[in-house]
Amino acid sequence: MSASDKNQPTQGSIFYDQGFRSIVYQILLAVGLGYVGWALFSNVIENLDRQGIATGWSFLWTSSGFDIGESVIEYDAGDTYGRALLVGFLNTVRVAFLGIIFATILGVFMGVARVSRNWLLSTISSWFVEIGRNVPVVLHVIFWGTVIHLLPQPREAMVPFEGAFIMNRGFVMPFPVYDDAYPWVGLGLIVGIAGVVFLNKWAQAKRERTGQYIHTLWPGLGIFFGCPLVVWLAFGAPLVWDVPALKGFNFQGGLQLSPEFIALLVGITVYTASFIAEIVRSGIQSVPSGQVEAAGAVGLRQGFIMRYVVIPQALRVIVPPTASQYLSLTKNSSLGVLIGYPDLVNIGNTTLNQTGQAVEAITIMMLVYLGISIVISLFMNFYNRIVAIKER
Amino acid sequence: MPNDTTSNIPTSGTKSGRTAPPPTERIPVLKWIRENLVSSPLNTVVTIICVFGLIYTVPDFISWSLLDAVFNASSHEDCRAAAGACWAVVADKHRPMFFGVYPYEEHWRLLLGLIIYCGAVGLTMLPKCWSYKFLVPLWLFTLFSTLTLMWGGVLGLAEVDTSQWGGLPLTMVLFSGTIVVGFPLAILLALGRRSDMPAVKAVCVIFIESLRGVPLITILFVAVNVFPLFLPQGLEFDKLLRVMVGMAIFFACYQAEVIRGGLQAISRGQYEAAEALGLGYWQTMIRIILPQALRICLPGIVNHVIAAFKNTSLVLIIGLFDMLTATTSVMQDPEWRRFTLEAYICVGFVYFCFCYALSKYSQQVERWLGEGKRF
Amino acid sequence: MNEQAQTPRPSSASDDTAIELIDVNKWYGDFQALVDINLSVKRGERVVVCGPSGSGKSTMIRCINRLEHHQRGKIIVDGTELTDNLKNIEAVRSEVGMVFQSFNLFPHMRIIDNLTLAPMLVRKMPKADAEELAMGYLERVQIPEQAYKYPGQLSGGQQQRVAIARSLCMQPRVMLFDEPTSALDPEMIKEVLDVMIELADEGMTMMVVTHEMGFAKTVADTMIFMDLGEIVEVATPDVFFTNPENERTQLFLKQILTH
Repeated sequence: MSASDKNQPTQGSIFYDQGFRSIVYQILLAVGLGYVGWALFSNVIENLDRQGIATGWSFLWTSSGFDIGESVIEYDAGDTYGRALLVGFLNTVRVAFLGIIFATILGVFMGVARVSRNWLLSTISSWFVEIGRNVPVVLHVIFWGTVIHLLPQPREAMVPFEGAFIMNRGFVMPFPVYDDAYPWVGLGLIVGIAGVVFLNKWAQAKRERTGQYIHTLWPGLGIFFGCPLVVWLAFGAPLVWDVPALKGFNFQGGLQLSPEFIALLVGITVYTASFIAEIVRSGIQSVPSGQVEAAGAVGLRQGFIMRYVVIPQALRVIVPPTASQYLSLTKNSSLGVLIGYPDLVNIGNTTLNQTGQAVEAITIMMLVYLGISIVISLFMNFYNRIVAIKER
Repeated sequence: MPNDTTSNIPTSGTKSGRTAPPPTERIPVLKWIRENLVSSPLNTVVTIICVFGLIYTVPDFISWSLLDAVFNASSHEDCRAAAGACWAVVADKHRPMFFGVYPYEEHWRLLLGLIIYCGAVGLTMLPKCWSYKFLVPLWLFTLFSTLTLMWGGVLGLAEVDTSQWGGLPLTMVLFSGTIVVGFPLAILLALGRRSDMPAVKAVCVIFIESLRGVPLITILFVAVNVFPLFLPQGLEFDKLLRVMVGMAIFFACYQAEVIRGGLQAISRGQYEAAEALGLGYWQTMIRIILPQALRICLPGIVNHVIAAFKNTSLVLIIGLFDMLTATTSVMQDPEWRRFTLEAYICVGFVYFCFCYALSKYSQQVERWLGEGKRF
Repeated sequence: MNEQAQTPRPSSASDDTAIELIDVNKWYGDFQALVDINLSVKRGERVVVCGPSGSGKSTMIRCINRLEHHQRGKIIVDGTELTDNLKNIEAVRSEVGMVFQSFNLFPHMRIIDNLTLAPMLVRKMPKADAEELAMGYLERVQIPEQAYKYPGQLSGGQQQRVAIARSLCMQPRVMLFDEPTSALDPEMIKEVLDVMIELADEGMTMMVVTHEMGFAKTVADTMIFMDLGEIVEVATPDVFFTNPENERTQLFLKQILTH
């Protein structure tokens, strides 16, 4: 054995080298996926060709030929498929936005109720959560759709308050007629919000300087409601109600919410709210009792303990899963197709059936939802990075 | 023993066993009420509001659903006359609701299959049975026996095509298919996502994240409309199978994230010990890591299983006759149509029972984990 | 064992008494955790409470600042009786500092904010004064440089010293310690005990539940041994360690001192 042999590590066959193997596996994977992808793609082209179905995106600019029940923007049967899909998207956004707001309010309320000391309240809310969670969202939506169908006819509609009607054609209520003063009132609201923010900042600075604690709740509410109110009064307090009136078989005028919209909104709201309630409950219970004890031991009273110790820590646990639930709710709004609410998936489905261009239609739908989910993920990552509790 | 008189601080009795029973409130019920309902002014107000709310709604509900309800009726006329709920609609229509369009005389086969299935599920939930040796044969047996019962064509059983499968058994078939196909896929995806090979990791990440971002409906649309386009001419797959694969893939993407959390919780030392012993990658995973990881994330796994069960109701949109779709179509009957609400409540109740039982099980597993129970 | 006649101690209204427990009994459900506890701690006195686990020492100390409720008997801290009255509880808690076994620092706030939170909100101190106070105490516990870090970035011993500083910022008249070193690694116990010894030397009234007998011998004026919810023996350290009267005390000392 020569000296050089002793110092040289034995070279095995290259085929056993881990690094080499890993590269080979990955190349095989890439090639395999590439082949499968190409095979599928060529099959698709061939099949579409055979069935005489067009490919490409030109259908977006052809006239759709179908009507849409409700829309946020102007639309009629002569408009293009592209516009129809836009209408669907806006309808999805409309129901998802309201759904998120209501589900949050209801969910937070139920979650806090679950952990309250009051036995009645916590029992009622736990029943709410269990029934909400354990029934499929599809059934929630169909259930409320059925309930609305059982409501009386417009002529015998229920009247919860003056001018409002609940019936099987949906819900109508009086709504103010647009006046030129209203954008200014909106501006007043923005000023009010800014005012509240400044009030809180000022109160905090004052407390840090002098130790005095200033209650900002009532002044804050005053500013929030007062600013728009002042602007409105300055314009002469314009308020003309568009009151719904029964004409023939249905109501005209006022704010009209279709039964499909209401059923979908209530269904997905109740379903998502029950999940948010559980998240809120587990977030509150995740704060170790030692924290509350330590805060109490140092003399803080209940309100301060909640505000400075419990809620900041609970929010860190609550916000990420809640963001997931918002995404879930947005995806669940696609159930509009079940009850006839013209959301994106519903209109996409109609487009698909009429043009036969399934691949393009489904791709559009999937890309839109993927986009929404990426936006929500980005927000969540951003939030997590800001509030991450620093450790060594 | 001399008494302690040197210290000027009095001592309490030195004899042990001087405990006494706790001071009892005059009436225990009053004490409970005091603590739970009226312990503070806010609490009292809340109690009053709740009580008023209950008084306003509960008696009406009870009279509608129980007192004035019709439980058995020879015809829909009796139901129309009554003021309360018409549960008789379920009595009249429960066969098509729960069994779909399956041939009437063969329903016993479905029932038997359901019993075998539920038995297998029950056994799987017991920690005592958690070993490959027991579970794999059990589920193979369940799979074969239920499929044979449902499909027929052998052993003297009449053949029933899959297009006639419906109702609760179809829900079960979809559900089982989703889990059985989706779970191994989830494990593969989770392992792939944690792999050191960048290509494998990238493929898994893209797959998981894109499929998690889209609604299940769109995946079902793909399964029904687009998937046939992928196949060369002449090759066809049963619609039920395609839908099942689609749901399994969706389930696998969510489940993979849960399993990944469990894998991350296993300390590096476990991998190192296995490596030191000379075990290969798959041996390490199957025998050492996965058994531990799966136990840790079991509550999360069960939650997604519950979600998969609920998601079977989505096939309403693509025309497969699960329990919910069967009910919807059966309630088109013009004579009974006005009682659709009662039918939906019944179906909802069935879903509720299954899901509630599974979620209680999940809480029990969490409790076992918390207690450090060995299983 | 002779049964000692129970001599209920009259409530001494003297300024001298910091803490007084009279016939205190507490139950958890049916289980009696504290049995006829009678105790009086003078101002400036250092009391160390020891005993086997489950003996009720932590329960007793937690009753003193109302983290637990006693069902029978009286607890009087600094002349204020502890009842369900919220005002009384808050008054007591501002004067009684507590250090926990698991530190319980607020993880989402910096060290300096942990210390200044209560002085600002409860004693209504301006922020600048509160921070000055906090830095002073951080220097006392010898970690002023950690002021702007987060609790998760500190070691166990440092966290516990911060916890002590946090309690001191409210300038309490009595300090309670519930097994302050039990959750620490051995090499960090000394730094915490040193702080506690310094505190004792300055005349703070202290009540410490601990197993650290070395500390007890150095600092304690009075040793209390508890078992099964009762106070079994009370003595000065010399008597306690060399010639305990009660059999149970002897047994306990033998277990804890020889290993």
